[in-house]
Amino acid sequence: MRRSVFVVVAGALLAIGLVASVEGRRGFAFSAQDKTSMTEVKIDNFSFGPSALTVSVGTTVTWVNRDDIPHTVVSTDDAKTFKSKVLDTDEKFSYTFGKAGAYPYFCSIHPKMTGKVIVQ
Amino acid sequence: MSGKKKDEIIYDHNNDGIDRRGFLKCMAWAGTGAFCVMQGGVLKSYALSRMPETNPRDTMGELSFVQISDSHMGFNKAANPDVAATLKVAVDKINALPTAPEFMLHTGDISHLSKPEEFDTVDQILKGAKPKDVFYVPGEHDVLNDDGKQFLERYGKGSKGDGWYSFDKKGVHFIGLVNVMNLKAGGLGALGHDQLEWLEDDVKHLKSSTPIVVFAHIPLWSVYPEWGWGTEDSAQALAYLKKFGSVTVLNGHIHQTLQKVEGNVTFHTAASTAFPQPQPGKADSPGPMKVPAEQLRSILGITDVNYVQGQHALAVVDSTLA
Repeated sequence: MRRSVFVVVAGALLAIGLVASVEGRRGFAFSAQDKTSMTEVKIDNFSFGPSALTVSVGTTVTWVNRDDIPHTVVSTDDAKTFKSKVLDTDEKFSYTFGKAGAYPYFCSIHPKMTGKVIVQ
Repeated sequence: MSGKKKDEIIYDHNNDGIDRRGFLKCMAWAGTGAFCVMQGGVLKSYALSRMPETNPRDTMGELSFVQISDSHMGFNKAANPDVAATLKVAVDKINALPTAPEFMLHTGDISHLSKPEEFDTVDQILKGAKPKDVFYVPGEHDVLNDDGKQFLERYGKGSKGDGWYSFDKKGVHFIGLVNVMNLKAGGLGALGHDQLEWLEDDVKHLKSSTPIVVFAHIPLWSVYPEWGWGTEDSAQALAYLKKFGSVTVLNGHIHQTLQKVEGNVTFHTAASTAFPQPQPGKADSPGPMKVPAEQLRSILGITDVNYVQGQHALAVVDSTLA
């Protein structure tokens, strides 16, 4: 049912020569103009690099632990907006920032390790 | 270093030639553990590996125990690919002591990643030690992912709060503190209000002549705050212990033996049974120090502590695993 609707709509779009948000298949329809991007923060030598990162709304930030000691990524706000499990060497944690703002975070095992993500 | 016969370092509190506030330290790269002996109210600490070269008469006292620390079971990186083996060597050394210690203290980071099998392995290895009682405090690696729930289930029977408690042995009052919970961004270790209140109450009824031994994972003195090697509210805890004539603080966390004497308080940190960490500020970060394999066992150790009455001197000898 859905498929047949899609085929019809896709055919219509082709005919008109437009790619627009006609139908309910959001992921497909918006992919061309979507701002989604990936950014990586490297954890190494007991520090986050870069320690301050500026991204646009919708960005998924991935932290990768390249240290030989486990670390965590925990936002400092009381609500703990994001909080990773413990990351052993080469393990990753991702969080997609849906709202603008400043997001300070730290390693809850080694609290001297701090960083910040600024979402615009 | 392991070839030296006389590596004993004695800090004489009575000798004015020593700067008491100074940072008295022993960088003996040795000791997966400390043999501790109480001799007349004063605690003496010896690195386990040096015990064979120490006169057994010097290490007799009314109470002796062993401190081990930072076994980091599960760690398998270059700095020590076999942390189970080095812990076993520590146990062998404990079992070879001329006087069997009455119990053991483990000052935290039992596991590397708080995995059940890591705790199981350590439990299994320590079962091979002659002293059957082991008193634990958690390190930050023991309370990952579950706010210490598993640690409490395994080791926290009869403890308060996040796992703090006290007990008495032969007139010595032992206090196990927890300073690895709810750490704040940018901060150091922390005891927290509830624990401090409990501590104040716990020692209130004790006579000032009671020897006190406090043990906790992160140092209760500012070893190197830049690396988080200290505890935010330790001054408050120490204030409650001011009235006592003999206070010894045993910590782990920094994977090296250091000591400091300040007034009535002697601070010790024990080496790790797993891997060494650099001296404060002597590296970019406090990450594991890689040393040649043949040297590793001479760097890891155990500290033995003795409690000495009527003699105001502290002797510390560190014992290597080699």
